[in-house]
Amino acid sequence: MTFFKRYAQNYGALIGLAILVIVAVVALTAPLLFPVSPWQSVGDPLLSPSENPAFPFGTDMLGRDIAAGLAYGARVSLLIGIVSTAVAVVIGVSIGALAGFYGGRIDDILMRFTEFFQTIPAFAMAIVLVAIFNPNIVSITLAIAVVSWPPVARLVRGEFLSLRSREFVQAAVVIGQSGPRIMFTQILPNAISPIIVTASLMVATAILTESSLSFLGLGDRNMMSWGFMIGAARTMLREAWWMSFFPGVAILLTVLAINLIGEGLNDAMNPHLRGRKG
Amino acid sequence: MTAQATPLLRIDNLSIPLPAGLDRAFAVDNISFDLNAGEILCIVGESGSGKSLTANAIMGLLPDYLTPTNGEILFRGKNLLAMREPELETERGRTMAMVFQEPLSALNPLMKVGDQIAEVLQVHGEKSADARNRRVLDLLEFVGLPDPANLRGAYPFRLSGGQRQRVMIAMALALEPALLIADEPTTALDVTTQAQILELIRKIQQAKGMGVMFVTHDFGVVADIADRVVVMERGLIVEQGPADAVLNRPQHPYTRRLIAAVPHRDAADAKAEVDGEMLLEVKGLRKVYSSGGGLFSKPRIVKAVNDISFTLRRGETLGVVGESGSGKSTLGRCLLKLTEIDGGEILFRGSDLVPLSASAFRPLRRHIQMVFQDPFASLNPRQTVGRILTDGPVANGVPYAEAEAKARELLDLVGLEVSAFDRYPQEFSGGQRQRVGIARALALEPELLVADESVSALDVSVQAQVLDLLQDLQNKLNIAIIFITHDLRIAAQICDRIAVMYRGEIVEYGPPEQVFDAPRHAYTQALIAAIPGSHWNPRLAVL
Repeated sequence: MTFFKRYAQNYGALIGLAILVIVAVVALTAPLLFPVSPWQSVGDPLLSPSENPAFPFGTDMLGRDIAAGLAYGARVSLLIGIVSTAVAVVIGVSIGALAGFYGGRIDDILMRFTEFFQTIPAFAMAIVLVAIFNPNIVSITLAIAVVSWPPVARLVRGEFLSLRSREFVQAAVVIGQSGPRIMFTQILPNAISPIIVTASLMVATAILTESSLSFLGLGDRNMMSWGFMIGAARTMLREAWWMSFFPGVAILLTVLAINLIGEGLNDAMNPHLRGRKG
Repeated sequence: MTAQATPLLRIDNLSIPLPAGLDRAFAVDNISFDLNAGEILCIVGESGSGKSLTANAIMGLLPDYLTPTNGEILFRGKNLLAMREPELETERGRTMAMVFQEPLSALNPLMKVGDQIAEVLQVHGEKSADARNRRVLDLLEFVGLPDPANLRGAYPFRLSGGQRQRVMIAMALALEPALLIADEPTTALDVTTQAQILELIRKIQQAKGMGVMFVTHDFGVVADIADRVVVMERGLIVEQGPADAVLNRPQHPYTRRLIAAVPHRDAADAKAEVDGEMLLEVKGLRKVYSSGGGLFSKPRIVKAVNDISFTLRRGETLGVVGESGSGKSTLGRCLLKLTEIDGGEILFRGSDLVPLSASAFRPLRRHIQMVFQDPFASLNPRQTVGRILTDGPVANGVPYAEAEAKARELLDLVGLEVSAFDRYPQEFSGGQRQRVGIARALALEPELLVADESVSALDVSVQAQVLDLLQDLQNKLNIAIIFITHDLRIAAQICDRIAVMYRGEIVEYGPPEQVFDAPRHAYTQALIAAIPGSHWNPRLAVL
């Protein structure tokens, strides 16, 4: 059975994938769909979704198109979610793998270092980091990555610790494979499914963190984002519900889709589970 | 039909189909046999023969996707298959009971053993706590456990494997069942413990007049315990009859093949002295495990390998025999430097391996290879068999194309389809996986092969093939083999010399005829006395 067929057995994962593909397509084609900048006034202020068919999601208090904001916001959310998670996973896997595989003093040092990051509240640290550097897309991405790698490191360390003593790893030692090679070709592939599941959840968390930062006004000034839209709408909550509702739904659907995909990937990638369902 | 003529258990034309897409249509196909009260019936077969499934079917423990389509299981004349679950529940435990293979996983680790036995009594309606307690003590006493009053308060992990199996038997006996089903109850146990448990089952069966259905793969055990024997192959009964007839005058070719494969020492052929060049000299090897221990407490120290010395020539096979905990596996791990060594020398081709660092030893690793114990844990589930076989040569500088050609050759050599190259380990049976493990070790053309219990997970006919394969390869390649095993019969059959280990020390060392015919150490004597089926010579049965 091919990988995709196994993946497709999980309907939730298919739905998740469909939603994410739609979000990604909208993000990529945003300049084509909405040639005018999302910051530009294009109509009357505070049009509700049903008032003007040209603005199906309505407009905000400055007459900006909510639909355009959603499309451009998708770019920021996906970009930051994916890049920051990739950075965090690279850091987390490297540290966790070294700690778990070599153990002893290396493990002690790396884990104390990890705990140092874990003891500081993640969101507070992200705010401080973004505030120290200028809030732009690079600093926001790195700040999110810096606060989100410790759980990956701990997870990977645990996996490596238990896999290290398995017979197939010892067999790899016996046939003369080097330490790094064993880590990458023997142990890491066996630890990959929990990493992928965690990573998919981290993409979701990163999108939420970015939204929270934008909500607090610590977003990139030049890029429209869902969090910023909700933040801008908070004073108009009773007059113009659509201003916060649609970005909120966008965040919800995207995060949900990513979680569903993570679960589907886990089912499809884990050979131990193969054939158990259906 | 009179009551006398009704057997305790009658399986009549039972068929259980397998889900579509598996290697055969029926798990068990049209099988029929009887079990009378007061006899021990052994069901013998290799893995996948349907013997455990038959036992589970009787107990009503089949998984949902397996439903008998044909036949009857008549227990005292009542068809168990027609019973509904509540009725079955009252039968299970009360009139028929089961003892499982793995006593650790069959017991609840978080419950005291006394409570677990009491629970059986409670669910079957013994209301009085006092009566339950008394019965628990009786049962523990009856199955020969020491100090029942204390022992019932112990958790399963505190007990040895044999003690746990005794607890399982006590649970099974709690309500004095008429039928006891024992599914490989001694397979996970040491040979001396196995002898005790077999003796216990025999004694209980005689005392209570139960019918015992004993599922096993070991013909030695059959020879020790069976009144009648049913031989199963791939879901069919190929032969059944009194133990004496089946064991000594087997009719069906499959039975003959199985019996021929039973490891046995051929008394006549004393092994010729191997006079190859000296390959390995181990002098005063020591390995100590210490655990626990804090600022104020002494750590617990176990001398796993204590001052062990031996020599090994090219082309020679040394059998290291011992029970679990004797340090024989640790010795194997020391030789491959998979664990820190606390003292002594390992001279391989004259140079000491002990002081070498991991990276200095790595280029030498290909000369010393290992075949591991567990065919399921020793292959990376994420890699294809081809990848597993080529990794070693590639790590030692062989070009991939050459390694691949070699790997395909090896698959053929160890008796697997060449198409196995592109498949994953979990698609294979235990025996096939172990062949992959052997092929992996051979891919590096080693001079010394350490086989740690490498055939103990295999069926007897596969075991015989693998042993033949190893001997064949040894003759061809002139490799030295250290064969670590708990099974004295295998050691006797293939080894040039045998070292018996007990608590980290070699207590007996010499050629097989000396170890077997004139054992000097008391432990060796006990070990040899415990070999199952020692009074029976399988070679004579299939002349």
